[in-house]
Amino acid sequence: MAEIVLDHVSKRFPDGTMAVDDANLDIDDGEFVILVGPSGCGKSTCLNMIAGLEDITDGELRIGGRVVNQLAPKDRDIAMVFQSYALYPHMTVRENMGFGLKLAHADRADIDRKVRQAAELLELTELLDRKPANLSGGQRQRVAMGRAIVRSPQAFLMDEPLSNLDAKLRVQMRTTVARLQNQLGTTTVYVTHDQTEAMTLGDRVAVMRAGVIQQVGTPEELYQRPRNLFVAGFIGSPAMNFLPGTLEDGHLRTTLGDVALPAEMAGKVRQGGGGRDLIVGIRPEHFEDAALVGGRRADGLTFKATVDVLESLGSDKYAYFRLQGARATAQELEELAADAGTGDAPGGGDQVVARLDPASRAREGQQLELWFDPGKLHLFNPGNGAHLTL
Amino acid sequence: MTTRTPAKAAWAAGNTVVVLAALVPVLWLASLSFKDPSTIADGSFLPQKWTLANYRGIFQTSLFTRALVNSIGIALIATVLAVAVGSMAAYAVARLRFPGKQVLVAVTLLIAMFPAISLVSPLFNLWRQLGLFDTWPGLIIPYLTFSLPLAIYTLSAFFREIPWELERAAQVDGATPMQAFLQVIAPLAAPGMVTTAILVFIFCWTDFVFAISLTSTSASQTVPAAIAFFSGASQFQTPIGSIAAAGVVITIPIIVFVFFFQRRIVAGLTSGAVKG
Repeated sequence: MAEIVLDHVSKRFPDGTMAVDDANLDIDDGEFVILVGPSGCGKSTCLNMIAGLEDITDGELRIGGRVVNQLAPKDRDIAMVFQSYALYPHMTVRENMGFGLKLAHADRADIDRKVRQAAELLELTELLDRKPANLSGGQRQRVAMGRAIVRSPQAFLMDEPLSNLDAKLRVQMRTTVARLQNQLGTTTVYVTHDQTEAMTLGDRVAVMRAGVIQQVGTPEELYQRPRNLFVAGFIGSPAMNFLPGTLEDGHLRTTLGDVALPAEMAGKVRQGGGGRDLIVGIRPEHFEDAALVGGRRADGLTFKATVDVLESLGSDKYAYFRLQGARATAQELEELAADAGTGDAPGGGDQVVARLDPASRAREGQQLELWFDPGKLHLFNPGNGAHLTL
Repeated sequence: MTTRTPAKAAWAAGNTVVVLAALVPVLWLASLSFKDPSTIADGSFLPQKWTLANYRGIFQTSLFTRALVNSIGIALIATVLAVAVGSMAAYAVARLRFPGKQVLVAVTLLIAMFPAISLVSPLFNLWRQLGLFDTWPGLIIPYLTFSLPLAIYTLSAFFREIPWELERAAQVDGATPMQAFLQVIAPLAAPGMVTTAILVFIFCWTDFVFAISLTSTSASQTVPAAIAFFSGASQFQTPIGSIAAAGVVITIPIIVFVFFFQRRIVAGLTSGAVKG
């Protein structure tokens, strides 16, 4: 077990594309760190560089205090779980899991014992003599995990290991992965594009965009204090709502109504170099049905909107509505929309979603009075996407 | 879809013609090999007087048995070398990015297209100077030259189908590139290697141009070349029966190969075509 340090690591492909730009990341011994971001953001390249499957153009990579830039994958003592699992089709499960030990010239009894232990841990004992072709997707995934843990390496690297599973199995395997990592206490770097996986699994999460690490922090930190528009929009499901706003003498004009900005927030905006135009972000759960807020009503603002769609999930109700006025525009928001596939979907941009108490009497097609606390607003600079009120 | 009967009949007739056109000469050869020397020119398709004398005859002459040993030895060595070297080259072509790869592949293919006959005279002179004339290596080298492009092309198509991640997994598991190749990639490419081996073996086994030009004695003469030197019992007798018998004998391995590996050979020949 060891810590992994990325020290100003960059990767430039021969065609000139900057896949990873000056990445700095300290991963502690035994920590579970997630690299998350939309496809093509450089997260897999990062992982491949840690594994040694990709050369490092610039910077230094240290595993357990040792610079490993020039070491071949086999000399780094790491194990990797691939998105496609990459099981050796001509070997049985037992041989697949023992392959690394066999290459390391471990003695046969030792290999057998370790493979059996790992198989028990992953409930693969009955499948040891099968070939990968005769396994289900979930079983293959577990074999891939087993192959990694058998060798008790210094670190696990996982490249979207759950993305080929169906939704139900994915949730189940997510807890398996978390439990396994807890049990083994092995440093783990986990790549995913699924922010739910990132939030639920990681001790810390690094959000990447276009080769640059945007923010590293605990899931709570990223959720509550996103450093910029991109992190704010990427983390959270449903995503944060973004609206255009203008700031005039301490008053924030938004399509939700005019907000008297607390002096502290206004000051921060000024300090942060925010101009007149801002992007206002608000999480769905920070809205509430005005009829249910009771005594808190006076602390916040209310506005009326017509509910387009109401989704009742039992524990929550999601109300979707549209507001008059322009949609917030920024480079980051366009990228997020493109990644989510809603870039050109009708109503994708100016639709607002509110998470309401299930007791809400909201009806589709009817007007609803909504309440929100201005203190929960996030204000961003539309020019560079920076969060102004952290 | 149901095919109408006339169309079916037309196809059947067409197929019959093609199959007959291909088979009649072979059957004629087989028939000749079983004919008694006195009836060899009787013009009948089926032998009137059956005999095994022709076979007995060729196996009694050292000319043929030595040639058979040469043929088997040279073809096998050339095949093993072509597959071993070819698979490593093909692996590089399929997997690695290196400058000049396209040129390399193009030049390899160019060599395969080169008319062998135009090389014969220079090689003849060169081999005599180098002492390679009438030796096994003297044939194995040109066979390799012409079969390697085929081997590289076919094998790289097979390698390309093997997911790259398998090899990365092996590397992370602690394998050197050579171990990854030998223990993970090569076993998966085994069907491709068998196919390539058969194609190369058939090429070496049936070659006549190099065999006749670069050999002179039983030290290295292969069967196709040796047949040309068969003589009858007297100078007035043509050794047609013996030639036919030898022809049948050397056709057998090829028939056996094709019979067992037909599907694979077709796969091997076309696999490069679609996924260029």
